[in-house]
Amino acid sequence: MTRTRLATVWLDGCSGCHMSFLDIDEQLLVLADQIELVYSPLVDRKDFPEDVDVTLIEGAVSSEEDLEKIRRIRERTHILISLGDCAVTGNVPSLRNSIGAEPVLRRAYLDPTLLNPQIPNQVIPRLLPLVRPVHSVVKVDIYVPGCPPSANTILYVLTELLAGRTPDLNGKTRFGA
Amino acid sequence: MSRVVTLKINDQDVSGREDETILELARENGIFVPTLCHLEGLSDIGACRLCLIEIKGVPKLMPACVVRAQEGMEVYTESERLKKYRRMVIELLFVEGNHVCSVCVSNGHCELQYLAQKLGVDHIRLEYRSPKREVDASHERFVLDHNRCILCTRCVRVCGEVEGAHTWDLLGRGIQSRVITDLNQPWGDAESCTSCGKCVQVCPTGALTAKGKAVGEMTKHQGFLTTLALMRENDR
Amino acid sequence: MIAEELPKIAAQEQEDQLQFKHHIFVCSGTACVSAHSDQIQAALEKDIEERGLGHVCSITGGGCRGLCASGPMVSVEPQGILYQGVKVEDSAEILDSLNSQPVKRLECSTEAPFFSRQKKIVLEYAGKLDPERIEAYIAAGGYTALLKVLTEMTPQQVIEQITRSGLRGRGGAGYPTGLKWSTVAKAQGEHKYVICNGDEGDPGAFMDRSVMEDYPFKILEGMTIAAYAVGADQGYVYVRAEYPLAVKRLKAAIRQAQKNNLLGNNIGGTTFNFQIDVRLGAGAFVCGEETALIASIEGKRGTPRPRPPYPAEHGLWGCPTLINNVESYANITPIIRNGTDWYTAIGTEKSKGTKVFSLTGTINNTGLIEVPMGISLREIIFDIGGGIPNGKHFKAVQTGGPSGGCIPEQYLDISVDYDSLLHLGTYMGSGGMIVMDETSCMVDVARYFMEFCMSESCGKCVPCRVGTAQMYDLLNKITKGEASLDDLAMLEELAEMVKSTSLCGLGQGAPTPVQSTLRYFRDEYLAHIVDKVCPAGVCKIYHHAEVFS
Repeated sequence: MTRTRLATVWLDGCSGCHMSFLDIDEQLLVLADQIELVYSPLVDRKDFPEDVDVTLIEGAVSSEEDLEKIRRIRERTHILISLGDCAVTGNVPSLRNSIGAEPVLRRAYLDPTLLNPQIPNQVIPRLLPLVRPVHSVVKVDIYVPGCPPSANTILYVLTELLAGRTPDLNGKTRFGA
Repeated sequence: MSRVVTLKINDQDVSGREDETILELARENGIFVPTLCHLEGLSDIGACRLCLIEIKGVPKLMPACVVRAQEGMEVYTESERLKKYRRMVIELLFVEGNHVCSVCVSNGHCELQYLAQKLGVDHIRLEYRSPKREVDASHERFVLDHNRCILCTRCVRVCGEVEGAHTWDLLGRGIQSRVITDLNQPWGDAESCTSCGKCVQVCPTGALTAKGKAVGEMTKHQGFLTTLALMRENDR
Repeated sequence: MIAEELPKIAAQEQEDQLQFKHHIFVCSGTACVSAHSDQIQAALEKDIEERGLGHVCSITGGGCRGLCASGPMVSVEPQGILYQGVKVEDSAEILDSLNSQPVKRLECSTEAPFFSRQKKIVLEYAGKLDPERIEAYIAAGGYTALLKVLTEMTPQQVIEQITRSGLRGRGGAGYPTGLKWSTVAKAQGEHKYVICNGDEGDPGAFMDRSVMEDYPFKILEGMTIAAYAVGADQGYVYVRAEYPLAVKRLKAAIRQAQKNNLLGNNIGGTTFNFQIDVRLGAGAFVCGEETALIASIEGKRGTPRPRPPYPAEHGLWGCPTLINNVESYANITPIIRNGTDWYTAIGTEKSKGTKVFSLTGTINNTGLIEVPMGISLREIIFDIGGGIPNGKHFKAVQTGGPSGGCIPEQYLDISVDYDSLLHLGTYMGSGGMIVMDETSCMVDVARYFMEFCMSESCGKCVPCRVGTAQMYDLLNKITKGEASLDDLAMLEELAEMVKSTSLCGLGQGAPTPVQSTLRYFRDEYLAHIVDKVCPAGVCKIYHHAEVFS
């Protein structure tokens, strides 16, 4: 039996969705038999592999790196899932959208008393003017709102997909759940 | 006395008085019709457009909250077209303000959030407007967060119609509209406000809340409205 | 005054006029005044006085002649001479010519198609009537209709006559006027009200302004007849504050009518009482919607409410209220005076009478016209309007203002009536007609009207408040060359939704310019989206690396 190639990605989010995923607890062992985790913040792999069956995206698209990443991921993924409110709506990262990126950078890098305060322009990816939900940048197949979606919800989504069905999330989760 | 009429809602026979609205009849008969601007005990304005229904022989969609029952009427509340429009109303409301459920004091007790889930809105296809809006925390007990206001005007109506203070009103028009207290004074300086808190209780979202609440802690109690309405009716 | 005195006033006025050999009318409409016709009138008055011509030559302000593009207009009656583009310094020359040949240089032929192809009912006595004196109006036959109604007809007969005339509401939707009157007449109420809707707000429309400025008495008379027919005792003319001249003339007309007992108690010596007051709008477009207008008169925020109940049943202060447009009221007196047979002979089967249009845009004869219903757009634009200037090519004509649509060249021969226009995806509207040539970008036009609707939305219902803003943003994106085909699909979905779900006509009509330009000029949208070019060269599309902003 070929295992489903699963990837999880962490863009601009708090990692809470990944934590919730891990909260599946002992069911992870059941899942582990059926999947091959090919890319994830939880595994040590630098580049996103080709031909991934399912990718869970946590986080919003906030930086140039996020944008580049999500486009490549979309190209290499069959079923792309927006996991959690940041990916689905922009959520907390998008709170800055009404004031723009600049005040955020100033607050982080210039306001604190630092030895040599400056806004970094190398190594750290540049912020986009607006934080965007994933589907406004690439096509998304399944939306799992929630902050974070519960472990049961995530388990349900994966179980259904592994069984070859499309998960019906009606009534199971919501924005802010 | 109003006449009693029989009509059909979604091919189901229902009876009602001529002075009852389709919304009232639908709810009496366990038929779900979503609403946001409507609240029992307040006047109806037909503004949110969530309760739009189809009536056989009427070319336009009509708001169930204001249309009265008529003999032989055939009403439909669940067509695909209506469902599509309702979802879009929810989407429009989500993009209009800054609704971030996860950090809202009303998380889990919000009518907008509830309806999004109930109507199957799991993402917003439209571009978020991300307006820059203010928070008025000048009142000693309550907070007004314009980011979460959906302009249902329940606060305006409850203040004018029930409390009789008319502290709340609207300023500006179109997408620039917003609720104000007195003549656009900070709420804390609004002399007409009796601090009764009715506006807070009727607000469907986290736009009007009590101070000192953390995420998800703001629950609201609207039962007083029907009680008051009944008491007033008995007085007459 | 009693009925018998009316002919005396008319005779006296006519006699007074006869002592003058010449009557000079200087157009006092807003367009000509803004071109300094008031100074021209002052110069002529001064010269007449200096030359001692005061006893042979009268001079007064006159109504609009319609050819606003050629203003200021001055006419000399009864010789029937019309001058265009008159300047202050032309005064002497005009007076010199009074007893000889007209000033060739300034002459404007009244034989031209612009004049000969029109049919004036609403704009009767165009330009040859002093709008500020009731005597002049009475001498021209004014108030005979009212007195006939009050002394010879029952309210029921009046309604019958209006119903038989086939008159339809000139405010836009074309609701049968007689039916509306009859509904209000039948409605139960302690008080009833009659309202004249003069809140003309469409961009490029100035028909009602002109009618109010030039024929204030005619509107008052029409309203009074309506009040008698439906049983109202109080009327309001709701005028936008941006029309100060119309307000001034209406107020003056009300005073004169009251003084002559043609308004107030015991009108014309009968037992009929009716008052009219002017109410000013603060410039909100939505107050042209009847329920918003009523809220505004009541002193409330001008927002519409769901109908039914209609104002005919539940209107001003909860009372049965008749609300008609300015032009509708202006049609009443001619119908009463000349009868229904005369009226129904004009127009088409389902659209009777005439329609006043303000012709604007890229057209030679910009101005105000009145044409019989059923005339073709081609006749309006190319014969009366004189075609497109500067050798440019006709592209589309926009009717119905921000709730209307664009009609392309292939439908120029369509008959102008309520139903044909509806069939083409636009509507009659109050009468704005904006002509466009190939230098207009249709996406940009749609964007312009959407911006108008977005800023004029009252904000009460969600689809109009937020939907128009979202559509405007999408149109903006398209004109910048930043939109995708998905955006276009979303625009169409929004348009359909806002049209079907908005509370009032503003929101329901707001998507029409988009839907209509998409219907006839979809290729222009695609050019902006796919090829990133604006075919008309109006939109500035910068080719740059994709940005997210």
